[in-house]
Formats: sequence, structure tokens, C-alpha cells
Amino acid sequence: MGTLWFCLVALMLTVYVVLDGFDLGAGVVQLFVAHSEEERRLVSRTIGPVWDANQVWLIAAGGTLFFAFPGLYATSFSGFYLPLMIVLWLLILRGVSFEFSRHLTDATWVSFWDAVFFLASLLLAVFYGAALGNVVRGVPLDNQGRFFEALWTNFQPAGETGILDWYTILAGVAALVALTLHGALWVSLKTERELQARAQDLAAKLWWAVALFTIVITWSSFKLQPHLQASYSAHPWGYIFPVTAVTALILIIVFRGNESRAFCASCAYLVGMLASVAFGLYPDLLPASTNSASSLTVDNSKAANYGLKIGLVWWTLGIILATVYFVMAYRRFAGKVSVSSDEEEY
Amino acid sequence: MQSALAVDRLQFAFTITFHYIFPQITMGLALLIVVLKTMALRTGNEHYNRAARFWAKMFGINFAVGVVTGIPMEFQFGTNWSAFSKAAGGVIGQTLAMEGVFSFFLESSFLGLFLFGEKRLGRIGHWFSAMMIFVGSWLSGYFIVATDAWMQHPVAYSLGPSGTFELKSFWGLLLNPWTLWQYPHTMIGAVQTGCFVMATIGAFYILAGRHEDYGRTFVRVGVIVGVIASILQLYPTGDGQGVMIARYQPVTLAAMEGLFHTERGAPLAILGQPDVANQRLDNPLTIPRGLSFLTYRAWTAEVKGLEQFPRDAWPDPIELVYYSYHIMVGLGTIFIAIFVIAAFLLWREALFRRRGMLWVIMLAMPFPFIANMAGWITAEVGRQPWLVYGILRTSEGPSPLVSVGSAWFTLIGFMGLYTLLGILYLFLVYREIDRGPDAGVVASSASVN
Ligand code: HDD
Ligand code: HEM
Ligand code: HEM
Repeated sequence: MGTLWFCLVALMLTVYVVLDGFDLGAGVVQLFVAHSEEERRLVSRTIGPVWDANQVWLIAAGGTLFFAFPGLYATSFSGFYLPLMIVLWLLILRGVSFEFSRHLTDATWVSFWDAVFFLASLLLAVFYGAALGNVVRGVPLDNQGRFFEALWTNFQPAGETGILDWYTILAGVAALVALTLHGALWVSLKTERELQARAQDLAAKLWWAVALFTIVITWSSFKLQPHLQASYSAHPWGYIFPVTAVTALILIIVFRGNESRAFCASCAYLVGMLASVAFGLYPDLLPASTNSASSLTVDNSKAANYGLKIGLVWWTLGIILATVYFVMAYRRFAGKVSVSSDEEEY
Repeated sequence: MQSALAVDRLQFAFTITFHYIFPQITMGLALLIVVLKTMALRTGNEHYNRAARFWAKMFGINFAVGVVTGIPMEFQFGTNWSAFSKAAGGVIGQTLAMEGVFSFFLESSFLGLFLFGEKRLGRIGHWFSAMMIFVGSWLSGYFIVATDAWMQHPVAYSLGPSGTFELKSFWGLLLNPWTLWQYPHTMIGAVQTGCFVMATIGAFYILAGRHEDYGRTFVRVGVIVGVIASILQLYPTGDGQGVMIARYQPVTLAAMEGLFHTERGAPLAILGQPDVANQRLDNPLTIPRGLSFLTYRAWTAEVKGLEQFPRDAWPDPIELVYYSYHIMVGLGTIFIAIFVIAAFLLWREALFRRRGMLWVIMLAMPFPFIANMAGWITAEVGRQPWLVYGILRTSEGPSPLVSVGSAWFTLIGFMGLYTLLGILYLFLVYREIDRGPDAGVVASSASVN
């Protein structure tokens, strides 16, 4: 039961990263590919009708984590107190800048809010990567299973660690380039002509960065967290996740000319990478850097069985419904965005 | 403020109070937008569609702020109240997760469709998406109230081996008797806010001589729905809540009423200042035996005063519970008066000429917000010193390793950010009011979702 919920929560978080990932990426690339006010509006229109629904995956995943693993939710949220609060503020800034700049007509303020949108999207991508880096590296859990991490200490991933050290910063930058590539591919999927061409150019350049960071981050993760190697050695079938990620990465460049295939490949790349991490960590949820006996595992942080069983019923029902709404919403807004579609919205 | 507990409480109170400004508007307006869309569908009159579009725009702005301020609420259970979350997560995690899975997906997906897809959806489809937004936002109200109700009146749980609470009955949790009164009372409070917001802007348009046809529609819809809601707020829902409190939280009731000494035939205090040090109510203006009747339906029933309970079971501060309760009930009475008079004038077709009455409606705008806040403060501070009534004290709830300094840092951060948010929000709302419903679809570049 615990393992099943581990997979479900991991699945929800992955869906969140894939979906909100292109919103964040689009927020970053808009600054580079959109050269006029009108083009910036086009980029934002590609995510306008969907970004909020995408963001709900984060909220629902958070709620599900709370419900299935209260122990993990309590320990990690309070231990990562400061970075989480900063993530919250960035989420607020991103939402507000996106929504409010749409209501403004004054060019000065529009460009100000576009800049805020860019910055908030960029920092969020970095923080998400760093958060994942922290989980992989492990945190200093004491013998009562509690910890509190400073934002940074001496930037070393050992001893008294902080949220930011060279490894987690690396993970943050890796996440940033991967999501920016994802966003660039999304923009090229939803737009036409010069805007699309520029997005594709950017994507081609970013691809090399993503490839480089994939290698570096994989290598350093295995070095830093022996648990990963152990998991893969114990269950070699798990290698299909990293193989998926690598294949997908190669397909992104192979499908260069075909926007929708390239975008799908990028989705598969993100899924592969996240699944690789989840597989490597299991059955740990949050490894302890102090003493592996204090690690939070599926078994010692899950909720009682009755609740988890009942949850399975409503969760399945709810996610089926959510999928239906999603398909409806995305089909309504399928195809390229254009200036004239403006008439529809208010 | 030397303890993290105090700052955690302050931060929770500040962020939830700010958050709740917006859901009460959206939940109220969601209902009124369905009313407008239904009128458009039945009369085929484009006027109602345009009116609905104007309110959809307002809804969008409020929704955006509601969403971004709601996410911190969910996270704060873990960040600031980790001891509580660890203990109670197996129970309240259910309702919180269901809120995400059932209502937020529904609401946000259909809002995207409603705002961006009027032409593509057709008339019925568009009406249907308005309906789904209404269902989604009221469902999210249900799940969150059920969560709060469990903290007020824990049911359907058992104590597990490691000192955590485990869920014992799913339906027991969802159909908590406390929820069954708290939910309708809270929702109707939100409807009152929606009605005042709509009627207020309508009254403004009439008084200012702009968009008068819309102004009349807004006032009419606001007043008709408002008169029903304001009565339901007092009876049966408010009354039901009171009976519930008397049964399960007698000490809270004594604090709300400022009743220090146990009495048979206890009086109902209308006015007066509680003097906690001397245990009496100064300058009281009371209805003799009123309290006994209202709570137990018997003029001579005995009502327990605060003296019956140990000091460490008293809500703290008593004065805040007492005043916020009296503010809520006082305003509720005033709302009934306003709406009944306005509805009477409307029926006599005199309302739109009575500028005095329109002024009253226009200036009443802030009061439903105050009434809702005051109600929540009564409930939440009245629950003290318990975090989960009778089983977990608030002092046992906070995160053990989050320092006072960290808590201050984030509290100050929220204050700064929310001040900015509030200013921007008021500016945008003002602009939409100023532009009016005729600004139309094409002219606006807004894309609220
Ligand atoms: C427009 C808002 C509004 C208005 C006019 C009223 N209320 Fe209310 N009341 C609320 C909005 C509210 C609320 C915000 O929705 C509360 C807070 C928590 C809750 O369950 O509902 C609430 C709580 C609440 C409680 C429970 C307090 C507790 O849990 O400790 C009682 C006994 C009443 N109300 C009774 C009344 C009565 C007798 C009213 C007379 C007209 C009244 N309310 C008007
Ligand atoms: C919008 C409505 C609400 C308002 C205005 C409100 C207000 C408050 C206030 C003023 C406090 C501080 C009380 C004190 O420390 O003395 C508080 C505490 C708290 N409330 Fe609420 N509340 C609301 C809804 C909720 C809901 C729906 C929940 C649960 C899901 C909740 C959970 C809590 C918790 C966990 C605390 C902190 C612990 C405590 O101090 O008791 N609140 N709230
Ligand atoms: C501690 C308590 C609360 C938590 C954890 C919480 C959580 C949230 C979250 C995460 C969102 C964003 C959802 C989205 O993205 O669509 C949200 C919005 C919302 N919340 Fe809250 N909330 C709380 C209190 C309340 C209360 C007391 C009510 C009403 C009774 C309420 C009603 C709503 C509604 C209707 C929305 C939709 C957005 C809007 O209409 O403004 N919430 N809340």
C-alpha cells in the first residue's frame, strides 16, 4: 500500500513538472525569443488558459503527500522551511505578474511585470532542481527524525549542509536548462513564423547544455548518494528509466523539424529523469545524511492502512475526472495561437 | 513574541485572514454568475450575458489572488505546524487532498473554458461551465470546512500506536455533524458578500448615472438573493451553530456571551464590556433569559459560566472572542434590516429612486467582509487553547525546529508581499469598475484564468 502511494505521489509530481515545466520554461524563453510587445502577448497566450490548471497538480500532489505520508510532509516541509517559503513567494509573484500584466495597458508597467514573470519563473526552476538535489543528497535527520536546514553553510554537500551547496546548485541549473528547453519546444509548438523559428534556434542551442548537465548531474549524484547505485544493482530492470531519459534526449534533436514530436520527446525526457530519481531512492523518501537508520522511508512515514485504502477509491475517481477536464481544456485550445484569438478572451 | 508559537499563530492568522477575503467573493459571485447566465439563457437577452461577462472578469481577478494566497495556506500546515501535521495528517490529509483532487481541478479547468471559450462552447456549454465553477468552488468550501470542523469537533478517529490519529470512518469524517451546520453558515456568509459586492457596484452606477441599466440589474439580483441569504444566515444556520457550540464547547459559548457566572435563565448580552479581571460584564444591556432560551429552548435552563471551567481551559483572549461574536451578530442583524427594506422598496418599484437607500447599500460594502472575519475569529480563537478540540493543544502543534527568527522572517515577508498584492488588487478592481460592463469583450486584453 505504501509503495503504491509512493508511485502515485511521484506520478502527480511528475505530471506537475511536465505541465507547469513548460509554463516556467515559456516564462524564461519569452525574454529571448519574443522581440515585440505583440510577440510577448502571443507567448503568454500559449499558456494563458492552462497554467492555473497545471499548477493545481502541485497543490493536489502536496495534498496527497500530506494525506499518504504525513510524517514525511511534516518533517520535510518544516525542515525545508526557508526555501519552501521562498518558493511560495515566487509562486505568488509568478501568478500575479502573469495575471496582472494582462490587465494593464500601460507599456512601462507591462514590461516591468514581464520582467518579474521572467525572474520568478527562472528562480522557481532553479529552486525545484535544488530541492530535488537536497532530497537526493540527503538531509541531517536527527534520531527523532527531524531536521532544519539553513539556506547555505559552506557550500559543501557534506557535514552541516545547507539547502545550497555546489551539488544542489548544479541540480538547480540542470533543472533550469531542461525546463527552458521544454518551454522553448512548447513555444515552437504553439506559434508560427519568426517567433517559432527563434524558439527552435534557442532549443537547438539549449539541447547541448541539457546534454552536458545530464551527464554531469548523473555522475555527481551517483558519487554522492551510494544508495542510488545500490538500488540499480539490486534491481537492474530499473535501468529502463535512465535509458528512457537518454533515448528521449536524443530524440529531441532527431525530431528537430517536427514540433509536436520534439515536445513529446522532451516530456519523455523529464519523465525518465524523475522516474530514475524516484526509482533510485526507493524505499527511502528522504535519506538521512547523518545515519541511514534515521532515513524517512515509505514504511515509517505512511498513514494508517484504512485511510490509504479509502483514498485509493476517491483518488482514482478524482484523477479520472481531472483527466477528462484536462483533455477537454487542451482540446478546446489546441492548435497555434494567433492574434485574432484575442476576441475570445476577457 | 518570544516564542515561535506566538509568531506561528500570528502568521497563520494573518495569511488565512487575507486568503479568506477572496474565496468569500468568488464563492458568492459564482452563485450570482450562474443566476445571471440562467437569466440570459431563459430570456435570450444579451444584456444578461454582458452582465455575466463583467462579473466573470471580477471573478477572475479575485480567483487569481485567491489561488496564490491559498497555496501558502496548504504549505503552512507542514512548515509551521509540523507536530500537528504529523499527528493529525492521517485524518485531515484526507479532506485536504480531496479538495485538491476534486474541486481545484474542476474549478480551474472550467474557469479557463469559461473565460476563454465563450464562442467555442456555445450558449449551453458556457452556462454549463459557469455551473461547474460554482460546483467546484463550493466543493472546495466543503472540504476545507470539513477539515476545520474536525479540528473543532474531532470525530471518526482513533489513537494509533505511535501517538498519531488514524481515520476510522471516512463518512464519519465527511458527515461530521459540526460540518453540517458550519458549511451552510459559511457558504451563506459568502453569498452575502457576493450580494453586497454586486449590489454596491450597481448602486454606484445608478448614483453616478453611468451604465444605469446594468446598475439596476446588479442591484436587483443582489438584493433579491441577499434578502434570502441574510435571513438564512440567522435562522436556521447561525442558530444551529450556536446550539452546536452550547453542546460541545460550553466554555467557548460562555466566552462568546461574556457569561462569567453560571445562571438559570441566563440573559442575552446585547452590549457591554467584559472585565475579565473582575469577572463581570460592565455596562450590560441584556435581554433577560434570552440566552437560556436561544441555546436550550427553555427560558429557565441553566447555562454554564466561565467560572465553571479551569482557567487553562478558557479561550484566550476572552475579549476578542466576545467582541468578534457580537460584531458578527450585530452586523448580521443590520444586514437583514438593509436587505428587507431594500427588497420592499424594490417590490414597490421605488428603490432606484431612493438615493438615500442606494447610498446605504453602496457604503455597506466593507461590512460583510468584517462579519465573515469576525465569525472566523470567534470560531478559531474560541477553540483555543485547543488546536484539535479536547485532544491536542495549540502549544503542542508548532514545528519544533523552526526558530522565532525564521518565523518572523517569513511573517514579515508575507506582510510585505500581501500589502503589494492588496494595492494591485484594489487598483485592478477599481479599473474594471471604472471601465464598466460595456468595455466589452474585444477591447480588453485581459486574460484572467
Ligand atoms: C456574512 C457573514 C456572517 C453573518 C452575517 C453571521 N455570521 Fe455567524 N459566522 C460566519 C459568518 C457570518 C462565518 C464566517 O461563516 C463563521 C465562522 C466560522 C464558521 O463556521 O462560520 C460564523 C460562525 C458562527 C458561529 C460559530 C462560532 C464558533 O464556532 O465558535 C455562530 C454561533 C454563529 N456564526 C452565529 C451567527 C448568528 C446567530 C448570526 C446572526 C445573524 C450570524 N452568525 C451572522
Ligand atoms: C477563512 C477562514 C479562517 C479564518 C479567518 C481563521 C482565523 C484564524 C485565526 C485568527 C487563528 C489564530 C487563532 C489564535 O492563535 O488565537 C487561526 C488559527 C488556526 N486556524 Fe484558522 N481561520 C480560518 C479557517 C481555517 C480553516 C478552514 C482551517 C483548517 C483547515 C484553519 C486552521 C487553523 C490552524 C491550524 C490554526 C493555527 C493553530 C491555532 O492557533 O489554533 N483555519 N485561524
Ligand atoms: C487553512 C485553510 C485553507 C487552505 C489550506 C486553503 C488552500 C487553498 C489553496 C491551495 C487554494 C488554491 C487552489 C487553486 O489553485 O485553485 C485555495 C483557493 C481557494 N480556497 Fe482556500 N484554503 C484555506 C481556507 C479556505 C476557506 C476557509 C475557504 C472557504 C470556506 C476557502 C475556499 C477557497 C476557494 C473557493 C478557493 C478557490 C480560489 C478562489 O476562489 O479564490 N479556502 N485555497
